[in-house]
Amino acid sequence: MSDAAQSDAAQSDAAAVDTVELAGKTPDEHQPYEELGLRPDEYERIHTVLGRRPTAAELAMYSVMWSEHCSYKSSKVHLRQFAGTRTDRLLAGIGANAGVVDVGAGLAVTFKVESHNHPSFVEPYQGAATGVGGIVRDILAMGARPLAVLDPLRFGAADAPDTRRVLSGVVAGIGGYGNCLGLPNIGGEVVFDPSYAGNPLVNALCVGALPADRLQQAAATGPGNLVVLVGAKTGRDGIGGVSVLASATFDTGGGWAGSMAGGPAKRPSVQVGDPFTEKVLIECCLELFARDLVVGVQDLGGAGLTCAISETAAAGRAGMRVSLERVPLREASMEPPQVLVSESQERMLLIVAPPAVDEVLAVCRRWGALATVIGDVTDSGRLVVTWHGETVVDVPPASLADEGPVYERPIRRPADLDALAAAGPGSLPRPATGIELRETLVRMAASPNLCDRSWVTEQYDRYVRGDVVLAWPENAGVLRIDEGTERGVALSVDGNGRYCRLDPYTGTQLALAEACRNVAVTGAVPLAVTNCLNFGSPEDPEVMWQFAEACRGLADGCRELGLPVTGGNVSFYNSTGAVAIHPTPVVGVLGLFDDVTRRTPLGFSEEGDTILLLGVTRDEFGGSEWAWVTHGHLGGRPPQVDLRAERLLAEVLVAGSRDGMVDAAHDLSDGGLAQALVEACLRGGAGARIVLPAGADPFVALFSESAGRAVVAVPRSEELRFTEMCDARGLPMTRIGVVDGDSLDVQDAFSISLAELEQAWNATLPRLFGGGPV
Amino acid sequence: MPRVVVDVMPKPEILDPQGEAIVSALSTLGVSGVTSVRQGKRFELDVDGDDQTALERARDLADRLLANPVIEDFQVRLDGGPREVGAQ
Repeated sequence: MSDAAQSDAAQSDAAAVDTVELAGKTPDEHQPYEELGLRPDEYERIHTVLGRRPTAAELAMYSVMWSEHCSYKSSKVHLRQFAGTRTDRLLAGIGANAGVVDVGAGLAVTFKVESHNHPSFVEPYQGAATGVGGIVRDILAMGARPLAVLDPLRFGAADAPDTRRVLSGVVAGIGGYGNCLGLPNIGGEVVFDPSYAGNPLVNALCVGALPADRLQQAAATGPGNLVVLVGAKTGRDGIGGVSVLASATFDTGGGWAGSMAGGPAKRPSVQVGDPFTEKVLIECCLELFARDLVVGVQDLGGAGLTCAISETAAAGRAGMRVSLERVPLREASMEPPQVLVSESQERMLLIVAPPAVDEVLAVCRRWGALATVIGDVTDSGRLVVTWHGETVVDVPPASLADEGPVYERPIRRPADLDALAAAGPGSLPRPATGIELRETLVRMAASPNLCDRSWVTEQYDRYVRGDVVLAWPENAGVLRIDEGTERGVALSVDGNGRYCRLDPYTGTQLALAEACRNVAVTGAVPLAVTNCLNFGSPEDPEVMWQFAEACRGLADGCRELGLPVTGGNVSFYNSTGAVAIHPTPVVGVLGLFDDVTRRTPLGFSEEGDTILLLGVTRDEFGGSEWAWVTHGHLGGRPPQVDLRAERLLAEVLVAGSRDGMVDAAHDLSDGGLAQALVEACLRGGAGARIVLPAGADPFVALFSESAGRAVVAVPRSEELRFTEMCDARGLPMTRIGVVDGDSLDVQDAFSISLAELEQAWNATLPRLFGGGPV
Repeated sequence: MPRVVVDVMPKPEILDPQGEAIVSALSTLGVSGVTSVRQGKRFELDVDGDDQTALERARDLADRLLANPVIEDFQVRLDGGPREVGAQ
């Protein structure tokens, strides 16, 4: 049957709603389960669960809840390893809307990163904007006030034709939504690589804080309690977004368009958000939490109302009855399946005890937030949905939320991996003379992945709310969360697809190490981890191997560092045709400050400070920025990772910050020491005179990407104390120069004025994407 | 020289925050009985050539620049002429 014919059939059936009673009488009715993304054996399984065929509404619910995006059916078996990383500080972990960490003094911090990759390719502005809105509601649902966002972004080659469209829209969308909400954007990444052409990665992290005793539960408990829907009206937005857009490759999607949306075929499932409605929703919910008026709360995101009612009902181990016709609709002609799976933005579900309901509705009215009682909690153990009195859904809620299919997908080490490892960077011509080194440094500083990000970050509010201590381009975003005590947090998100392409186990640990290092460099103690795992199709055994290795690497790494994985998100099907993106796990690390006034900035600013290089430099160029920028080369092995050394480095950096021994510090990563010096000089406005260690190969010293390293600028008066601390703790350390003048001098090699450096570093993004922010 | 009018509207299933804001502003003003507002855009293009060519060029421009076909529908017609149905 063609899409058009199905659409006609759906139209002619519109009058007669498919009820549970009807389903019992018409067991052989043909149902469009394949168009909804369900496999024949999954459809069979629904029959087994229900003992009959599903109604149209039930089929819609199972198709979204059992989609890859909602059920984690391919990833679950690998994610289980993260359970072994739990620590006592974790108040809520994997499975909650976001992980919550106890930070002492009665305060808790919650943070999570999610992907909005596919919608952001189809409609960059709205896709990225609603990505911010969605992660903010996750944080709100834990009971926290959202405080800041960070956005790790990945696009195709910077000069590829479509990159400008996608990047401009994505950045404007993040800025538009986040700025309207009044949330500072304090960090993130902007990475260009041809592997993301046609499949950009738009990840969004939100962090919030709450009094620890105000933690909310996403559970519908207490039979007799009422189910209240708050926020925007429900429309036909994003019908089937999770099952079509996020859970299949683009070319195969679109079944929902014909069978559900009822419009012209292949209509993409995009949503349009309204940040002002979200702002009202945030303030309204925070007042309800503060007055202790709700029993449970859940945000509506992917899979919409279906996900919220089935997850809260399953978590409450009770039952729920919903009168679907009470849901306020934007379009009166919507049918039960559409109401159930609509992904209209800016909605929350509350569970409220009957005595509190009048007060809840009054608070919502005062904030101008639409609130409607749509059902109640029962003790039936069933989720029952009626439509004008007729039962259209009657299912065990756990069958939707927790007991979906789980697959042990076949895995196979990629066939080209050995060849890739063998084709190392050793044979690439290296710069040797001072002139060549100088030219390499300038060229790399101006390259799209290393150049100044102001074109992007100036479109975001970075200091709104008045509690931002550091924001990008600093190593990590730092926020004050308690004005009384100056207690605060630091956050960094990092990933490196090229390293992971060469070795996903090591590459993921390198991302973890870098995020920890970025947090520690500011002076914060790393405390907890979140992650967003962006991969190709799980049905490709080679992709699944990459995924399995990445999970194993992250779990092992977190165990070794003593950091809990608090939650995260998996995004599969990031491929164009048969070509998958580089495996790109993005790791977010949260760090804690007792006193944010102790934070260490990135820029060199105090003339005469001694510059020290901490850590060990090896000849490591596999997957490096140098190999990519100068030779377009990707091969060999990524840098080795030594988590014990990372931990030691972090301890030294935190102690140095706490005792006021360090004026500036910057981690070494992409582009190595050279890039770190360029950034530290330009950020602080002071030059540096560098003397590379005797006998060292200047090229290796400047451009190697060995992990576990940082540069620090230490006042003369503190130099002895700091170096003795490094010696006592056994951290290798080299004195490499002083902060001085207005140029970057590398003795016996080259000198370059900061003005020339700045010109090269600043010009790239405006040249590629237009005259600058509007 | 023919004048072509391009009307751009948010697709029916897409949220229109501006329209919603107008609805609530109306009720603040004490106006009742308006239950829904959708806000769109109107473009007037003077295009060289005969009517048919002008319409086709305007349709192409609407698809590429004036409208965002992912979230908006558009209609193209000659100024003063009958509304063309079924564009997009």
